[in-house]
Amino acid sequence: MTQAPEKTRPSVERPADAEGPAVGRPVDRVDGTVKTSGEARYAAEFPFPDIAHAAMVHSTITRGRITGIDTAEATAVEGVLAVITHENAPKMVPPGRPTPLDLSSMAPGTRVNYLNTDEVHWNGQPVAVVVAESLEAAHAAARLVRVTYDALPATTDFAAAQADATPVKGNLLEIGEAKKGDAEAALAAAPVSVDATYTTPPQNHNAIEPHATTAVWDGDRLTVHEATQGIEWVRKHLAVRFGVPAANVRVIATYVGGGFGGKGAVWAGTLLAVLAAKATGRPVRMALTREAVYRTVGGRTPTRQRVALGAGRDGQLTALLHEGVSAVGRMGGRSEAVGSQSQHLYAARTVLIRHSTTEMDTVPNTFMRAPGEAVGSFALESAVDELAVELGVDPVQLRTRNEPERSPTDGKRFSRQNLGRVYADGAERFGWAARDPKPRSMRDGRRLIGWGVASAFHMPIQLPADVSVRLAADGTVLVRSSFHEIGVGAATAQAQIAADALGVPVDAVRVEHGDSDQPVGPMAGGSGQTASLAAAVLEACDRIKREALALARKAPGSPLRGRRPAELRATGSGLFRADLPPGAESAGETYAAILTRAGRGYLEARTGSDNRLRAAAGQARFMTRFLLDRRRWVRAAIGAHFCEVAVDEDTGEVRVTRWVGVFDVGRVVNAKTATSQLRGGIVMGIGAALGEETLLDPRTGRIMNPGLGEYHVPVHADVPAIDVTYLDEPDPTAPAGILGIGEVSIVGVAAAVANAVHHATGVRVRDLPVTLDRLL
Amino acid sequence: MRPFAYVSAPDVDTAVRAIAEQPGAKLLGGGTNLVDLMRQDVERPTTVVDISSVPLTGVDELPDGGLRIGALVRNSHLAAHPLVRTRFPVLAQALLSGASGQLRNMATVGGNLLQRTRCLYFVDGAAACNKREPGSGCDAIGGFHRGNAVLGTSEHCVATHPSDMAVALAALDAVVEAQSVRGTRRIPLVELHRLPGDTPHLETVLDADELITAVEVPASAVAATSRYRKVRDRASFAFALVSVAAALDVEDGAVSAVRVALGGVAPKPWRAYEAERVLTGAPATEESFRAAAEAELADASGLPGNDFKIELARRTIVATLRQLRVEGGAA
Repeated sequence: MTQAPEKTRPSVERPADAEGPAVGRPVDRVDGTVKTSGEARYAAEFPFPDIAHAAMVHSTITRGRITGIDTAEATAVEGVLAVITHENAPKMVPPGRPTPLDLSSMAPGTRVNYLNTDEVHWNGQPVAVVVAESLEAAHAAARLVRVTYDALPATTDFAAAQADATPVKGNLLEIGEAKKGDAEAALAAAPVSVDATYTTPPQNHNAIEPHATTAVWDGDRLTVHEATQGIEWVRKHLAVRFGVPAANVRVIATYVGGGFGGKGAVWAGTLLAVLAAKATGRPVRMALTREAVYRTVGGRTPTRQRVALGAGRDGQLTALLHEGVSAVGRMGGRSEAVGSQSQHLYAARTVLIRHSTTEMDTVPNTFMRAPGEAVGSFALESAVDELAVELGVDPVQLRTRNEPERSPTDGKRFSRQNLGRVYADGAERFGWAARDPKPRSMRDGRRLIGWGVASAFHMPIQLPADVSVRLAADGTVLVRSSFHEIGVGAATAQAQIAADALGVPVDAVRVEHGDSDQPVGPMAGGSGQTASLAAAVLEACDRIKREALALARKAPGSPLRGRRPAELRATGSGLFRADLPPGAESAGETYAAILTRAGRGYLEARTGSDNRLRAAAGQARFMTRFLLDRRRWVRAAIGAHFCEVAVDEDTGEVRVTRWVGVFDVGRVVNAKTATSQLRGGIVMGIGAALGEETLLDPRTGRIMNPGLGEYHVPVHADVPAIDVTYLDEPDPTAPAGILGIGEVSIVGVAAAVANAVHHATGVRVRDLPVTLDRLL
Repeated sequence: MRPFAYVSAPDVDTAVRAIAEQPGAKLLGGGTNLVDLMRQDVERPTTVVDISSVPLTGVDELPDGGLRIGALVRNSHLAAHPLVRTRFPVLAQALLSGASGQLRNMATVGGNLLQRTRCLYFVDGAAACNKREPGSGCDAIGGFHRGNAVLGTSEHCVATHPSDMAVALAALDAVVEAQSVRGTRRIPLVELHRLPGDTPHLETVLDADELITAVEVPASAVAATSRYRKVRDRASFAFALVSVAAALDVEDGAVSAVRVALGGVAPKPWRAYEAERVLTGAPATEESFRAAAEAELADASGLPGNDFKIELARRTIVATLRQLRVEGGAA
């Protein structure tokens, strides 16, 4: 139904209003107008006449017990409705342990039963909530709550805690150890080798919209406006915690101002807003301050990694070892699988990948854009660069020379294999051939210039998705699913996919999303949302076309009488014979004609299932299929980063001056939003490379830079023009040929910067961020 | 933020009377620092005296060619002023390197001088800070102090003064005019801020009832060849790790006039008198620049997390003077 995409250049140049398929075109965002005009409402913007405002009180000790809470002064503040503490809070059902049988059991960010316990598990844990008539009164009163504690010893120094790290066993969804051959022996025997330790600091997401919840109880029915990437997790988790049927909980998240993983789990603010609404009998809004986000929502864990590579003099890898330690919170968090990409990216004859974790008394870590690979690639891709220097081989050549035919660890086939192509394309666009490999060989006045490269690699996940598609007699289409518009253009992409599948113009398609009353959509995570939805939308559109044809085939006088689906194509808002030119007489007819003749107002198809039993069965079936599929293929989005830096010879200041990123992400649905998302990942990676670090005081476990002033994300002046292109070829094993693009482009960025810094200065920085003091 | 009384002062007299009568009152100019600190519960004024409509917004040329700058002139306005740009480029550059466009549109000259340190432990009520809570200790010394000072510190406080503008004004021999119900006095800018010693909570020589009304910058020939170099962790919207305000005149290959001041390294805008002494009359060479930088930083003392600033300051002094030497021609 869609023509083969152009092979060579991405379709960025194809104008938005071009003829032909909508998929691939830079179609304007369907939500562009409501966002730029301010009509789009976010979780903290839904008005209720009797709304009350909530603010948190955070623990100032790291671990221990609350011995007393004096709320008298806070309660006396004018406008305060309630000061809720563990002494008077409504009860919540404690969170259960996560189980692979129900993914939504992974919803809680921590195991702490907030305000239902006197225990303190990290510095910043909420210990009380103030509810007031105004936000100002709530914040003022929160300062006046006096808490006394019995403090206990705590583990808050990652460097020291590493001694207690234990190996990650690994399971279906998380890698622990991967082994092929005797890598240590091969490393020792290798003619050329590198063996180094790399570290990455804790980081936070810093989505532009801080976490917010508006909670409204009506008897035992609950409505929550929520800034989330996982509506269904929120719905199910709130139902469990507050002891009501999931059917009684409605979660609305029409628009979300960025997530990056930080809005994947359910964190304290959500639970406490619902709790406060229950305690006060009022609709309650909890809009977290930026500081409260840092103190109560996890970020990316710190890591310490060893990467060792052995190679023959020809550059063929004989050994690849990647070992990582990361921290988890004592009350939750997951291992950072830093060796994820190292399993597949290069054809090493022997491989050893090991992960371990150590527990700390901090807010538990969570998913952050490309968990594992984003920081794992810093170590791996830096080490490959170090090996290239040792060998005297061009770092691009070293990588393409080691492009594997099958995954080196498990022998699986790749669904696509284009590392060589993206490097070749990138090298040409960047002008890599002109590079003198010698460090300090290029300068611009007092600035040393360096060029570096690194590979991007990310395996998108696939998730179950339910959608409904309704085709009306007037030719308009309505797609519904509770998926998430976190700023990436998700709704626009589905409108394009549905438009092509049914042969209607994009603007005939309306997409409703972000409400748990809709069919259950996938989480916005793992770079999986667009492809997962596409599979369901295509299936629903197929059923609609079959139903339309079934109506037409039986109708006397229809040109489609007796036709089979394979003979037809969806175009011109109808079904037409593929062997006749569109518009030819008797080639077919429009949906309007078919439905009007049949006396039908609309046709509707719903994929997935809506009752609980079938939903559970459907999820199990889906997981089985997904895992079988994973066993067959390595399906990965990949890319090549080319970076130029300028380093001030006097001061060590590093500025990124040029960037070329070439990606293979399967079929690209929207040239504009995809390019933007790929570029955004590179910007975020530049932040990780040069500035981002959550400062956790090892003496207290307290975050000391909880804000955008002192946590340095890149500003505009830090970001050069970024040249992003992609191959734009469908992946034959993926729904609609789409591989996810949400995460791949951050992977490798920090290494490309550090490698360029080495080329510029001769200094190898193995610890992020690459701040100027490391170069003096 | 805690509740407070609000007074709007239409003129200087009303303003100085209000702060004289209300102990615990704070002046509100642009609000870019005060309001943040009130939200963080670090500043807890009982009364806020809003002076934003007091007519102290002129930039006037003095008979000698210097400038008189009203205390409520916005940073962005001052940076764009033609006389500032031509006669005192170091001042325009310092202003434009500070904060963001939005903040510069609000921030005032007087408020900029009186802004508080951004030490991570000063702005966090859970931490020990002798500046915020005298006698409570200093958590920065054993903690994160990458942004903190290496000159003029004490065992009680290692905070830096965060202003860029003030560093340029220190190099330019600016004078601050302050008014209270008791009258008006003039204070050289380099004497406005105190070193912490054992009273880090006392940051300036101003009395609580004094209002800065103007800053005067005297005429200066050397200022025409001047420059502000700010070194920081990102290209914009970050405080200086080290900054250098410098002006240089060279005659027959020797330094005939020089001004150097440092930012980001001390509890106050740091006039580098020692460097100037070494440089004056010396050959305008890389070696002299380095010797001057060494001399200025001779007494510097860093902590594990900010020791690098000492060498960074030396290098930045040399780099800034070298650039001025090139720009000033081969005189």
